[in-house]
Amino acid sequence: MSENEKINCFSPDLLEVLNGVPHGIALVDRDLRLIMMNRFLEALTGYSGEEACGLYCDYVLHSSFGRNMPVLRQAVESGVACSGEGDIIGLNRKKIPMRFTATPVVEPNNGRQALVLVLEDVTAFQEIDRIKEMGPAKGLLGHSPKMQEIFELLPILAHTDSSVLITGETGTGKDLLAEAVHQASKRSKYPFIKVNCGALPESLLESELFGHMRGAFTGAHADKHGMFQLAQGGTIFLTEIGDLPLPLQVKLLTVLDDREFFPLGSQKKVKVDVRLITGTHRDLRQLVQEGKFREDLFFRLNVLRVHLPSLRERDGDVRLLIDHFLQMFAASFGKKAKRLSAQALRLLGSYAYPGNIRELRNIIEYGVNICRGEVIEVEHLPPYLLAEAGKKPHAKVVPEPFAAGSNTTVGEVIPDNASSWSAIEKKKILTALMQTGGSRAAAAKALGWGRTTLWRKMREYDLG
Amino acid sequence: MKILATLQNNDIAPRFDLATEVLIAKIVRGKISGEPRTVLLPGPGSDALCSLVIREEASLVICGGIEEAHFQYLVWKKIEVIDRVIGPAPQAIALAIAKQLRPGEIVRPTIRLETERR
Repeated sequence: MSENEKINCFSPDLLEVLNGVPHGIALVDRDLRLIMMNRFLEALTGYSGEEACGLYCDYVLHSSFGRNMPVLRQAVESGVACSGEGDIIGLNRKKIPMRFTATPVVEPNNGRQALVLVLEDVTAFQEIDRIKEMGPAKGLLGHSPKMQEIFELLPILAHTDSSVLITGETGTGKDLLAEAVHQASKRSKYPFIKVNCGALPESLLESELFGHMRGAFTGAHADKHGMFQLAQGGTIFLTEIGDLPLPLQVKLLTVLDDREFFPLGSQKKVKVDVRLITGTHRDLRQLVQEGKFREDLFFRLNVLRVHLPSLRERDGDVRLLIDHFLQMFAASFGKKAKRLSAQALRLLGSYAYPGNIRELRNIIEYGVNICRGEVIEVEHLPPYLLAEAGKKPHAKVVPEPFAAGSNTTVGEVIPDNASSWSAIEKKKILTALMQTGGSRAAAAKALGWGRTTLWRKMREYDLG
Repeated sequence: MKILATLQNNDIAPRFDLATEVLIAKIVRGKISGEPRTVLLPGPGSDALCSLVIREEASLVICGGIEEAHFQYLVWKKIEVIDRVIGPAPQAIALAIAKQLRPGEIVRPTIRLETERR
């Protein structure tokens, strides 16, 4: 049978149907020579079905399987459909991962066995698998169902370029999630820039975001690139977007729509290719109703929305995070602390964590620093926890043994809230100095430090 | 000038990165000088093959599918690459000598390899 006869033995209708399928489809004979291929495969390989007819299919496909394409051989020998993964080098010299599925069929007219080979581009699936293999993003921990949902969502967020709005209470890890999305995305080799919209006054924030030209305002001695320009090709994370002043909201909206803007004092437009991720602990919908946030910008930002659960909602994650932070701080500070006592764990388990993970982290940092042994006891935890556990309605359980009183040591201070170790240490120094009437030697002794250590720490905390 | 063709049996290997054999032909005054040399590689690999191309000072590479990075590397090294060629290697070389070989060419085994007579 000639090659043309081979092609003609398939009805034009069937070829038309195969041409409409968005996968590469080829018909090959028992010797793995091409009989025909659909338009998709023609475009992929750059050869026309007519000129490629009669050639070994691995030559036409430039596949990784070699001449005896095992998937096809297996299908020929077993008489059942077989599939396998490999790759081909396409017309544009790109290696494309493919799933090859070979199904034995009988050629119409002559009744000879042939194979229908379907090539499915699995680039997207492999990319998602790669991201999944990377595991939960660095710093993002959690076994709770709510966090698992976030982890499952992460590859999807990373695979697209759409705007992401991350909401959640303070300390829930919005920054970490934004960075994780960036790291898992194709923009990961470009910069990830974080800007806190609530940290700067309006005029400075505009210059910070969009840059300025020399002489644009008093003090603008030189041209300055804005964060949008610095993030070129990468991701910009605008945290506390709810605090963005209204005039800047307009400018941001323009940037999102046009992908270009005028830096302050410039008459030349700057084009940017930046992915935007925003974060806020505020209810943007309510801000829109109050007229404090533009509705159009809200809709523009709220394309993909992720809500990070508070620590109270993350069943079982408190213990996981405790262990993680304990190991991290003990290793980092060279401390002996290895575990928490059962009572301390009960206390931490019953606390509501209004400051979420940031607060838990600070509590463990405090405990690791205060504890001199291997077991962190209740008295090594910030005393406010006991007071809170006794009075706060949101505390789940108040353990009996800790409901009254605490074993705070002399000179120990009670932080107002979850402050950092530096703030606690500063307060300890101040308290010790007050208790010793300003005597540095006595204060150093009370704190268990040498005078030099006290002097160094006072300088560090600007108490000199 | 030298022409290097990736080889699978007697054909141009369908993939540059999977080729384990190459045919090197020395061209003098538009004809092949002496017997073309077959070189067996220790294993497949685009980097090793690119090194061989440079070492052999080939000025033309005839191959099947090649990835863009390696294609651009060879081009950057001022080596002409004719890729996506299907068919017997000697005929492909003969067509290349006659300046008739194009990327994506399907070479039918009809052209005789002309060797320079000494």
